[in-house]
Amino acid sequence: MEKEIKISIRNLQKSFGKKQVLRGVDLDIRAGESLVVIGGSGTGKSVLIKCIQGLLTPDEGSIKIDGEETIGKNARHLRDLNARMGMLFQGGALFDSLSVWENVAFSLLENKKISRDKAKLEAVRVLRQVGLASDVADLSPSELSGGMQKRVGLARAVITRPEIILFDEPTTGLDPIMADVINDLIVESAKGLGATTLTITHDMASARKIADKVAMLYEGKIIWQGTVKEMDKTDNPYVCQFINGCAQGPIKMEF
Amino acid sequence: MMTRNFQNFLRALGKPLVLFIIRFGELVQFLVKTLYHCFAPPFYFKNFGRQLLDMGFYSLPVVGLTTIFAGMVIALQSYSGFARFGAESAVASVVFISVTRELAPVLSALMVAGRIGAAMAAEIGTMRVTEQIDALQTLSTNPFKYLVAPRVWSGLIVLPILVFLGDIIGIFGGYVVGVYKLGFNPANYINSTLENMEALDIISGLVKASVFGFIIALMGCYNGYRSKGGAQGVGEATTNAVVSASILILIFNYILTEVFFSK
Repeated sequence: MEKEIKISIRNLQKSFGKKQVLRGVDLDIRAGESLVVIGGSGTGKSVLIKCIQGLLTPDEGSIKIDGEETIGKNARHLRDLNARMGMLFQGGALFDSLSVWENVAFSLLENKKISRDKAKLEAVRVLRQVGLASDVADLSPSELSGGMQKRVGLARAVITRPEIILFDEPTTGLDPIMADVINDLIVESAKGLGATTLTITHDMASARKIADKVAMLYEGKIIWQGTVKEMDKTDNPYVCQFINGCAQGPIKMEF
Repeated sequence: MMTRNFQNFLRALGKPLVLFIIRFGELVQFLVKTLYHCFAPPFYFKNFGRQLLDMGFYSLPVVGLTTIFAGMVIALQSYSGFARFGAESAVASVVFISVTRELAPVLSALMVAGRIGAAMAAEIGTMRVTEQIDALQTLSTNPFKYLVAPRVWSGLIVLPILVFLGDIIGIFGGYVVGVYKLGFNPANYINSTLENMEALDIISGLVKASVFGFIIALMGCYNGYRSKGGAQGVGEATTNAVVSASILILIFNYILTEVFFSK
């Protein structure tokens, strides 16, 4: 039995100046499902995720979460929406003025007004879940390696037990082994929370590991979607070229 | 031919003008948002405290040095200048008036703009390009409330305090030069300062300082907030923050002087 649709995106359009980035994206994500959007650099993947998160306002189209329209709502609504979502940024985007545990516990401290002692305990517990020892908690983010920063970012995204988690290129800039560790953690934490996840990436190894479903974004539209198995069998020339990483094919690189 | 030349002329004139109007509109929009979030809860007192410390306490040495030399030099200058009219006795009041009305507020504000405005733009700009500002929003925290409002409040409050201390230090600088270099009698010098003292001189200086503090914080935050494109963008934002704050300080200095003293 198919679960109900959690996120429903219709005809999403966004331009920057004369450059049209999203040209009508249609996408459905079911509850508890892990959808991976693949696509080349500059195809609008990041813009898509920022529209869902409410960081960018699309020019046209609709994004419904649990059947409720999110576009054009006021700031308070946006805050409530953000409280139900977690996001892992490409570069980690950790606050360098705060310690690691304060980063992880940020929502607890600022929004839920939990005491610092309790928040720290919770932060250390979540840090341990992502494989970081408790002595990391008092370090500053700049003292951590790239992989560790990703883990802290993941911990910060999941500490509030969000219903939806967005991953912006989670494995970019990591070595293959660390990338796989992060992939495992993403799968683990998403399944543990029963969260609906949307990942954007161009790392096919990561996509295969994380995805229940894959969608391909090309020139601002979703041109193909299906399961990982279907992806390997498809004769869609765009998808074939992308997953095999060929320079020859219908996709022309713009320089 | 004529029309072609004229068109080119208009085009050359138009582009910067349109850009200027767009920038100005953005700034006004930023200002309105800032004012709203300065008064709407939640307030982040911890961030406010940190800004008070950075902007106030750590700026004290700079402001002290600036104002003491300003006071000293104005005593020296006015003495040698007033000797031409035989009006050397006015030195004490001239030091008092120039320091409290002009030198302490303007020079301190310019120094703080260089020190703090730049730091604000660099910090917020880096947060922007490393997506930390986006991250704040995804954690249900409004960046205007978390980053901008504490800085603006701190600018409004801290600068008058700094300038008041600067007033005292500057007048002391004038006293030192007057007594030890120019040979005034200490008691006479102090008396002459106190006799001609007016509250408006000090108050106008403090009001100016508050406005300048607001300008410094606003320009620092605005330029940092809209910076893009990595290290170069942040560098540009820092420069713009200091230059625009300094120019606005000089302009508003004139406007406020008009308001207070033109009759």
